[in-house]
Amino acid sequence: MKHLTSIADLDYNSALSILDVSDEMALVNERDIKKLPTLRGKTVVNLFYENSTRTKISFELAAKRLSAEVIDFTVSESSVAKGESLKDTAQTLQALGVDAAIVRHPLAGAPTNLAKAGWVDFSIINAGDGRHEHPTQALLDAMTIRESLGLGRGADLLGVSVLIVGDIANSRVARSNRLLLQMLGAKVTLAGPESLMPRVSDGTPTITSNLDDALLEPFDFVMMLRVQLERMARPADFSRVDYIANWQLTRERLARLRENTRIMHPGPINRGIEISNQAADGDRSLILRQVSNGVSVRMAVLYQVLGGAK
Amino acid sequence: MISNVVLNVDEIGRSIRRIAHEILESNHGSENLILIGIPTRGVTLAERLNAELLAIDSDYRGQIGQLDITMYRDDHSEHYRAPKESRIPVSSLDGLVVVLVDDVLFSGRTIRAAMDAVNDFGRPSAIKLAVLIDRGHRELPIRPDFVGKNLPTSKLERVNVQLLEVDGQDQVVIQS
Repeated sequence: MKHLTSIADLDYNSALSILDVSDEMALVNERDIKKLPTLRGKTVVNLFYENSTRTKISFELAAKRLSAEVIDFTVSESSVAKGESLKDTAQTLQALGVDAAIVRHPLAGAPTNLAKAGWVDFSIINAGDGRHEHPTQALLDAMTIRESLGLGRGADLLGVSVLIVGDIANSRVARSNRLLLQMLGAKVTLAGPESLMPRVSDGTPTITSNLDDALLEPFDFVMMLRVQLERMARPADFSRVDYIANWQLTRERLARLRENTRIMHPGPINRGIEISNQAADGDRSLILRQVSNGVSVRMAVLYQVLGGAK
Repeated sequence: MISNVVLNVDEIGRSIRRIAHEILESNHGSENLILIGIPTRGVTLAERLNAELLAIDSDYRGQIGQLDITMYRDDHSEHYRAPKESRIPVSSLDGLVVVLVDDVLFSGRTIRAAMDAVNDFGRPSAIKLAVLIDRGHRELPIRPDFVGKNLPTSKLERVNVQLLEVDGQDQVVIQS
């Protein structure tokens, strides 16, 4: 597999294979010497046109743990500020000798374009493109779900129920998760205000009244999403008070969850908006586990894309 | 393609038993011993060796683990290879005597990779090598400590070790 721009680049078997390799990488990340020589001699660039804490740092760590060289491209300090195009930036990186670029971009399709346009021949990994996809987030979420259920190598998510709550329309995490979780056999339900739901449904069950109604049914995992004000056409129309009343995972709603329901969030968290401190920090939260698993999953993806063919 | 069986089930059993005796003989006591099998068949052989060691010596206290070396290979082959499971039952290999176990020793590159992997888990007091078959043609200065059978082969031949737990039967076959 040369590029990973969308969950659609994977199928059931290749997705499970990545999760299995991620489990092995997680063991490496618990050792004293968290290093493998596998990608020695390869150069990876973090090409981030949007801000990031988790994704950027975990890709950097993942590449370094596999002994690759990492270049951190800070767009604001680069010649992009002088008007340099994506194509020219990419071709410059190619001339400098990179083997893979991890691309985060505000415009949907930018990574896909880089992979297909024929401007460059290095590998492209999508780290989030606009509202479109964030494939490695979905993979680390699936890994966290598998780990939480005590499932081992080769196990899929058949029958696991996941509720994704919040700003679904603007969320690339929701899209990638829906695609991957369903591919692995899980049952996905979406919940959120009508105004934040995609205008065209793909048939996934959806609840738009309030979170209490959504939680009448038990779920194995509840995934909360941040409200992406920065991606909204009219952020001033968003009512914080309304959202908190109907959709926040409050302490009270937390108490009504089944005992074995676990809580997830891709981060960053806006405490007090989509999620309360109790829910985010309590013992049912897998949020920090997701972050740790991000490094393992990104190691597996980098190995998949760069390890093997010369 | 011509196939010749060079080791049958009894001969394999005898080799494993002899190697187990040799391991005990070469080591004083067993608390510091750990067998590490290289997947896939090295793991099966390590398990059999472990069973033999327990049968021979009622005080046997060595440990057993497995180490996949895919991520340490020095050859980037045409196709992608997914790593198999590694399970090391101790947090560090410091001070232990590691006996690497594999089915066939050929160029030595797998064992070179295995030594790199072992070194990432600590500093063993010694690393030894037990193999069922040594087929020659080393490309690196690596030699086994315990060998089931020395099998001179031509580089064009294929040596195929089959074990009951993995392949449904015990035999070693040379294919040319």
